[in-house]
Amino acid sequence: MSAIPSGPRPKHLTIGRIGMYCFILTCALFFLMPLYVMIITSLKDMDEIRAANILNLPKELSFYSWPKAWSQACTGFVCEGLKPGFFNSIKITVPSVIVSVGLSAINGYALAFWRFKGAYFFFGLCMFGAFIPYQVMVYPLLKIEDALGIYSTLPGIILVHTIFGMPILTLIFRNFYTSLPIDLFKAARIDGGNFIKIFLYVIIPMSAPITIVAVILQVTGIWNDFLLGLVFAGRDNQPMTVQLNNIVQVDYGVAEYNVDMSATILTSLVPLFVYFISGRWFVRGIAAGAIKG
Amino acid sequence: MPLFRNIASMIALLPMIVISLTVFVGCIIYSFVYSLTNSKLVPVMNYVGFDQYERLFKQRKWDVAVENIFIYGFVFTIGCLVIGFLLAVLIDQKIRGESLFRTIFLYPYAMSFVVTGLVWKWVLNPTFGLENSMHMWGFGWFELDWLVNRDLAIYAVCIAAVWQGAGFVMVLMLAGLRGIDEDIWKSLSIEGVAKWKSYLFVILPMLRPMVVTAIVLIAAGVVKVYDLILALTSGGPGYATTTPAMYVMENFFSRANLGQAFAASIIMFISVVCILAPWAFYEFYLRNKYAAN
Repeated sequence: MSAIPSGPRPKHLTIGRIGMYCFILTCALFFLMPLYVMIITSLKDMDEIRAANILNLPKELSFYSWPKAWSQACTGFVCEGLKPGFFNSIKITVPSVIVSVGLSAINGYALAFWRFKGAYFFFGLCMFGAFIPYQVMVYPLLKIEDALGIYSTLPGIILVHTIFGMPILTLIFRNFYTSLPIDLFKAARIDGGNFIKIFLYVIIPMSAPITIVAVILQVTGIWNDFLLGLVFAGRDNQPMTVQLNNIVQVDYGVAEYNVDMSATILTSLVPLFVYFISGRWFVRGIAAGAIKG
Repeated sequence: MPLFRNIASMIALLPMIVISLTVFVGCIIYSFVYSLTNSKLVPVMNYVGFDQYERLFKQRKWDVAVENIFIYGFVFTIGCLVIGFLLAVLIDQKIRGESLFRTIFLYPYAMSFVVTGLVWKWVLNPTFGLENSMHMWGFGWFELDWLVNRDLAIYAVCIAAVWQGAGFVMVLMLAGLRGIDEDIWKSLSIEGVAKWKSYLFVILPMLRPMVVTAIVLIAAGVVKVYDLILALTSGGPGYATTTPAMYVMENFFSRANLGQAFAASIIMFISVVCILAPWAFYEFYLRNKYAAN
């Protein structure tokens, strides 16, 4: 028996496949170009930015725009950079994520296992809320918060994020819990578990995967929010996105594009970090949020 | 007693019920009621019928906003679907570096609209941006002055939006493609159907529910577009890229013309309902009806 292979070599690279790779690489370059421009612009000084091609690598690296964007760039009369915005965003995001994910998990659990008459009517109403444009609700909600005395405060913006995160989070928790075997729940009932006990000892320990998905969805969503932060957070709690926009859109003085780009990168670091470390979880979050129940 | 058995569940769902009723339903009613008044700086109960709507439809600025939202909605939706589907198909070809490409195509989706807007504002900068690059490379005829061109500025918004959103469609479509039964591919290849034909005429129709979901989600998002345009063009040049959402926010917060803002926001709400109603009817009513039979 001859060990020499006979017949034509299997073709792995046909013309079609080469064309395909060329196309997909071109697409990849298009998608990467803004990120590339952002990074190299932040590493140039203004003279070079004015003189050279936006796509050229910097001739010499200049890092001065980074600390400037972080702690000195001006928004109006205040020149503290993005730093306060970063901490405000953390102060807003962390409690908002905890409250909205916790509350939605309980909602999903109640809807999946403890249905009562009318529960699904209100769930439908809540889901409907996911599609109402914010602009319809912003002003009346502002009035409600004003009446409650929490407009323009940290609790105010946390409440708003909890409200607007609720429909989609409740949906994904409910979908996850209805996919669990019902016998588990029945067994726990027979053992005398009540609403709270079953949630604490049976459901929560099984909720890790969906909770990760929900947290990723909320962290990126709340961090990236602009409109709600602008209206509800108040002057002292403005999130990073709002400050970023204020820094870049200053309509006096000389525009410093390198500082602008450093600020832009700094603002997207948190969601990008979440995206790159969470990978397929992020994708699962998108799929879970998109597929309706 | 089912009523008592579920009392804990009712208490647990109380926040959701209260929020659904006061925020989602209550705010719409509030906005509608006050859209029938001539409120200016503060909401006052001074009934003027549908005057605000009449005045709204006479505004040149509102016409521009509506026209823009149609252009943007059309180009953005088609762009995302075509590019997203194409990328999903390419990635489905068992290419090398699949996960790398997926990461590249999806990362913009993790970023804030504000960041997207600001980056593209810099890339498309008429003095230092890509136009300048092309000139430096000797393509003197190349023009990319979209951001300062009244007629083209809205297409710059579309490019930035497609850049951000195409990855989302790709993920949805890829999930759909991966769910296609191997046997279908086998029989298609036995029949000798060309690959592109299989995708276009067999697989794509099979993905219809996913395509419809993607379209509805994108379209519902289109109506809300605000931060992206604020960051990219601030609605300019002039008010060439203004949108209904911007019109509403302007009348609420800088023009102190509440009645107009309420009327415009109600129109936004109605258009979202028009997009959603047929889909919801199909998804939840017809489907259940057929499932029951």
